[in-house]
Amino acid sequence: MERAETSPIAGLRARGGAIDGGSAAVVLLLIGAAIFLLVGCLRSTAFAQYTVQGLALGSVYGALALALVLIYRATHVINFAQGELAMLTTYIAWWLMEKGLSYWAAFAATLVIAFVLGTLLEVTLIRPVQHSVIAVVIVTVGLFILIDGIVNWVWGGDFKFMQSPFGNASFDVGGVAIRHQDVGMVIVVFASVVLVWALFRFTKLGLGMRAAALRPAAAALVGVRVDSMLAIGWGLAAVLGAVAGLMAEPSQIFLSPTLMQPILVYAFAAAVLGGLESPAGALVGGLLIGVSLTLIVGYVPQKYIGAELQLPLAFAVLLLILLVKPSGLFGRREVRRV
Amino acid sequence: MTALLELEDVEARYGPVHVLHGISLAVEEGSVVAVLGPNGAGKTTTLRAVSGTVRRSGTIRFAGRPLRRVGPDGVARLGVAHVPEGRGTFSELTVLENLRLGAYTRRGSIQPELERVFSYFPWLTERRRQQAGTLSGGEQQMLALARAFVHRPRLLLLDEPSLGLAPVLVAELFRIVRELNEKEGLTVLVVEQNAQLALQAADAGYVLEAGRVVLSGSSAELRADDSVRRSYLGY
Amino acid sequence: MKKQIPALVSLLVVAAVLCVLPFVLSDYNVSLAAQVGIFFVAVLGLNILTGYTGQISIGHGAFMAIGGYTTAVMSRDHHTNLVVTMLMAFAICFVVGLIVGLPALRFSGVYLALVTFALAVSIPNIPNQYSTFLGGVGGVTSSEEVSNLWIYVAAWSCSALLFLVAWLILRGRVGRAFRAIRDSEIAAVASGVELPVYKTLAFGISAAYAGVAGSLFVLATNGFAQPSEFGVFLSLQLLIGAAIAGLGSLWGVLAGAAFVGLLPQVSTSVPVIGAEHGRDVIFGAAVILVMLLLPDGFAGLVARLRRLARA
Repeated sequence: MERAETSPIAGLRARGGAIDGGSAAVVLLLIGAAIFLLVGCLRSTAFAQYTVQGLALGSVYGALALALVLIYRATHVINFAQGELAMLTTYIAWWLMEKGLSYWAAFAATLVIAFVLGTLLEVTLIRPVQHSVIAVVIVTVGLFILIDGIVNWVWGGDFKFMQSPFGNASFDVGGVAIRHQDVGMVIVVFASVVLVWALFRFTKLGLGMRAAALRPAAAALVGVRVDSMLAIGWGLAAVLGAVAGLMAEPSQIFLSPTLMQPILVYAFAAAVLGGLESPAGALVGGLLIGVSLTLIVGYVPQKYIGAELQLPLAFAVLLLILLVKPSGLFGRREVRRV
Repeated sequence: MTALLELEDVEARYGPVHVLHGISLAVEEGSVVAVLGPNGAGKTTTLRAVSGTVRRSGTIRFAGRPLRRVGPDGVARLGVAHVPEGRGTFSELTVLENLRLGAYTRRGSIQPELERVFSYFPWLTERRRQQAGTLSGGEQQMLALARAFVHRPRLLLLDEPSLGLAPVLVAELFRIVRELNEKEGLTVLVVEQNAQLALQAADAGYVLEAGRVVLSGSSAELRADDSVRRSYLGY
Repeated sequence: MKKQIPALVSLLVVAAVLCVLPFVLSDYNVSLAAQVGIFFVAVLGLNILTGYTGQISIGHGAFMAIGGYTTAVMSRDHHTNLVVTMLMAFAICFVVGLIVGLPALRFSGVYLALVTFALAVSIPNIPNQYSTFLGGVGGVTSSEEVSNLWIYVAAWSCSALLFLVAWLILRGRVGRAFRAIRDSEIAAVASGVELPVYKTLAFGISAAYAGVAGSLFVLATNGFAQPSEFGVFLSLQLLIGAAIAGLGSLWGVLAGAAFVGLLPQVSTSVPVIGAEHGRDVIFGAAVILVMLLLPDGFAGLVARLRRLARA
């Protein structure tokens, strides 16, 4: 909950500009939401449990949303295959574990594999068609279908059991049972995000990537290899997706090819909610959606809003945001590139 | 002695539109060369041809080596800094980050360069953490120049530095360019509409018209030339 | 007139082949050919939207759903003549398309793709909600069943008719406006083209076409209108078909329709990979390959060939 208060401010500070009225309203809204959550948690154990669960799920949505935003910022393309790619890397991790690696060894190896996969995809599939928006959309859609087919083919569509690294125990915090798993998910995602953020903020490579995303022509003039930056961007996005997939798995208990499909939807909603260009927004959006959906499903009776309606609900949110404030919570007003 | 930069019969086009019809020029190391001419003459395109930002044919030699199919990032790595029209600063990044980008192709610490830059542009020091976009037009132009300097290039390509700047700032800018040339040995190729200023700062110049070189010579010669005086110096 | 001859010839050739096909193909293959016809209608419509006004829609499966359900429900409850239901589907989807097209104006490119994606996923859920009227998960069945041949004839007749309609529309003022928008939105606005009107109109037209295709689609699946038939994959097929078609050539739309109509079926019988997964692996790979080789679609290929021929 504290994160909800600091991220938008960090996001604003990173942009360095003055805080305008719109952003102030958003920050106030978020602080209000955080207070609401805090109060609810203190007054009801069920509420607290839902909130923590929601935050854990939300961090996964946020991680995938961040991957989407990374790619969008650089290339103005939505990678429709981001979820499936994450699912593929999760299967690879499972396979590595079946071969005998420990969880965290497999985790690390998978991140490396994801990076390589992401850069390869950009270079071989996206670069040749990057001049045409429709062509890139279709290629990512084709990739979606292809990866789904490949995973089903190689590993089958039945459920696989993947051990959770966090175990089934819970902390007892003032009478509220908070699962180790939920805390673990949040920590892992948070750590990954911070690492990626640090890469962008403090390294020369990160600076080059930011420059390439902002103004490719000007970046080239100072010697940035823009094409390579794009490929690395895709690689990093794949890494974040891999983290999302691996952290999503413990919450779903069984690994199956449809693992990431609903999560992609939530990630879309989160990315748009945050404003497609804002990484902080994507994370906050993910957390918001995670918490809201968990609370709604938890409290509203099954017959009105069951668990299956989470998906359409997320879409309703997506639509609403796009209609009311297309630039999302943290985005600037979209300027049509002339 | 071979010049640092040589263009031989360079043609360039934007799609089907040919803009340069065979430009030949040479820039001696350590000199400041101005490119003058009316709008649409192809001055900016000439710079773009050097930095590889536009499709071109003909020969371009930098430090004796021909540049073949080298894109802008490759040219930058060879030691050419191009400050384009519109400055090419990253308004969303901080001043310091912009400067750091200038040194992108360099290895090792850039502290000495940064300190040198801050000595030439002292007001940049307080503004380092500010977003570049919050700087005024003139300050951004100075920032662009500073960034080019951090690059420690052998050749600086300056495109219309006076555009949109108050005369006082323009004079200051050219003074700094001249100082960088004299103190740091920076070779400069500057495209400028303001022929008066350009010829004052330059050692030699080329006059372009409709994509061709129509006149060339030392700045003294050009300043004395009748047609130049009438068309570009206003008397 | 001379310029028109090659186009007329190709039209006649296609028409001739279509007339002969039912006599030479097995019943199963006739149903496949009918599928291509159904996709032809839908892709033709979507191609107008994507190719001429540049709006990306991953949601036209939803319009097919509306059209299909219209036919099924009207036939089940009122025993309406099937052709009449198709006309109704056309009209209803046209209106709904206009309604959707209006807010769609506010989004461009990728945002629109997201919104229409949302549409494609949410609309099939609606019948699940209102199961009494719309049959829920089990779906709605029309009161009549039709043979494969009937579908074949209906599909290709509609294709021919709607192709003619499209040709007429694109010849006139509307077509000129569309082409202006395709070439440059800014220039179009500058020369007085009211973007909102034409962009919304394109949405309506493409939706109407998809609606008719949806009716045919339902009739082709034994009159069964079910939510699971109209999932996201269908919308993806339509978009892929339109992208492969590229812009503006009859052959392109035909190629696109054939690609998305036949390939998923054909790839189920590939050895090694096996039925269930073959479709996705081969189809997905094929889509990517085609896009890499022909980013401007089939029409781009045709244009390139024409240029080579002229040189």
